[in-house]
Amino acid sequence: MTNPNGQAFVSRRFKYGMVWPAVFIILLIGLFPIVYTAMVSVQNIDMMFEDTSFHGAVHYERLVADARFWQSILHTLIFMAIALPVELILGLLLALLFLDRLPGKQIFIALLILPVVTSPIIAGATWRLLFDNRFGPINQIVSWFTGEPVTILWTVDPAFVYPAILIAEIWQWTPFMFLLLLAGLANVDQSLSEAAELDGASFWQTFWHISLPIIKPVIFIACLIRALDLFRLFDVVWALTRGGPGTTTETVSIYAYVLAFQQFETSYAAALAVVIIALLSVVVVLALRRVEITR
Amino acid sequence: MRQSAWRLTWRYALVALALVFFLFPLYWLVMISFKTPDEIFASPPVWWPAQIQFANYAVLFKDGDVDAIGNSLIVASISTVFAMVLGTMCAYSMTRFRTGGNHFAIWVISNRMIPPIVIVFPIFLLYVKLGWVDTRMGLILLYTAFNLPYVIWMMRGYIQDVPVELEESALVDGASRLQTFWLIVVPVIRGGLFATAVFTFVFAWNDFIFALVLTRNDAITFPVQVTHYFGGQSNFWAKIAAMSTLGTIPIFIAVAMLQKFLVRGVSMGAVKG
Repeated sequence: MTNPNGQAFVSRRFKYGMVWPAVFIILLIGLFPIVYTAMVSVQNIDMMFEDTSFHGAVHYERLVADARFWQSILHTLIFMAIALPVELILGLLLALLFLDRLPGKQIFIALLILPVVTSPIIAGATWRLLFDNRFGPINQIVSWFTGEPVTILWTVDPAFVYPAILIAEIWQWTPFMFLLLLAGLANVDQSLSEAAELDGASFWQTFWHISLPIIKPVIFIACLIRALDLFRLFDVVWALTRGGPGTTTETVSIYAYVLAFQQFETSYAAALAVVIIALLSVVVVLALRRVEITR
Repeated sequence: MRQSAWRLTWRYALVALALVFFLFPLYWLVMISFKTPDEIFASPPVWWPAQIQFANYAVLFKDGDVDAIGNSLIVASISTVFAMVLGTMCAYSMTRFRTGGNHFAIWVISNRMIPPIVIVFPIFLLYVKLGWVDTRMGLILLYTAFNLPYVIWMMRGYIQDVPVELEESALVDGASRLQTFWLIVVPVIRGGLFATAVFTFVFAWNDFIFALVLTRNDAITFPVQVTHYFGGQSNFWAKIAAMSTLGTIPIFIAVAMLQKFLVRGVSMGAVKG
């Protein structure tokens, strides 16, 4: 019997011996957390008591009725619904700007992607310094436009916390979109768009009807990666507001952290973790099937 | 397509605008690290310090805060080596022998999609029982596990590009499978290996949430150390800026190296960047 590569002479020991060390370690994050949190979520462990007897679905019932949980999902979705389209459109515009010959292109790209490789918590800390109402430059810049001194409390005022977090988030990840879309656009056959332009199509017509359909898979993957990242949004929010004021900007990840490590509601936090995993698994498996098929 | 000087000027103007937006925050961060306390807490803010001075960095060394950078370095490099070795082996078997098939591949990468908070919570409970909280070993193991799916996925792609004939001729010449892997495949994919290793290192280096939960003092990494400076009334701005700069510049340098390699790889060695 031969495998698709036509190599019949490989021992099973070698074939699986190469795989199992990696699989064994991945199980630490791929199997253990699910099994363990599922187990803890039906017990009753908190700061006071360690009651490991079976309690059924009490924590899940409490979660369904927990307004703070639903709000944290809503906050996460708000961040996603604004950040994702803005990053996509800005990234696409930037990529179009770089598509033609542009002396110095490589250096500009190298500089533009620096936010992407900065640690998200450091990016958040940096924006916190920038947004400071007295010693940060942003209020100063705003005051140039308004013509009078500005003292916006960006990380405290409920009207400004969302813009502040979104600006930091978009600053950090727009270059990621830009890089992937530029790579996608650079692979579009130039003769196609040139032929269209000879036939009298405008730049935007050519882009809309020729380039965009071709880079659709790249857009899909870039958006998928960003959407999953935004669903787990933690670092930037933590650095800027810690979910505050109150729970105004609390995301699902931050709520889970607060439950598990500040309120020590171990079993309740475990139930939340199980729900998050269940929600994501469905989305992820469906999305990955599609990616794998297009590969 | 020819472009007019007018159009090129416009494009440069827009590029300049983009560069200002994306680089200004980093400029500001680095500049704070060079400022004196009076300059940091000046209103309106000082846009460039009167002189570049390194007192803020000296304090980090004097107070022993740089230990956090040392921890980050140890944890990120060792976990990168583990993930690269195990992941590349696994990817090779998956690519060449279709080990596990498509379902296995999807399972591997789906592990990368779980939010870190959901992973680190049960890991924390486990580490408490094992006494592994606040140890570098505990972090190394978790980073290895978390980065393995990424390494496997990336290396699968690079190995797919290696012609099978190359390996077959080595096998016919009497080399063992393992020899073929190390002596034929690994040298061919070294560009991809290098690039993947750099990214794996960056992921571990930049991580916040795992280290936040699993470290206290002994194994604290630099991103967690930075957040410790944010306290109620007085923020240690000088330390925040100096520590962040210290932890970010190495990453920028690594990525700059990577780009030279990327240009080379994309152009099949025709352009040596």
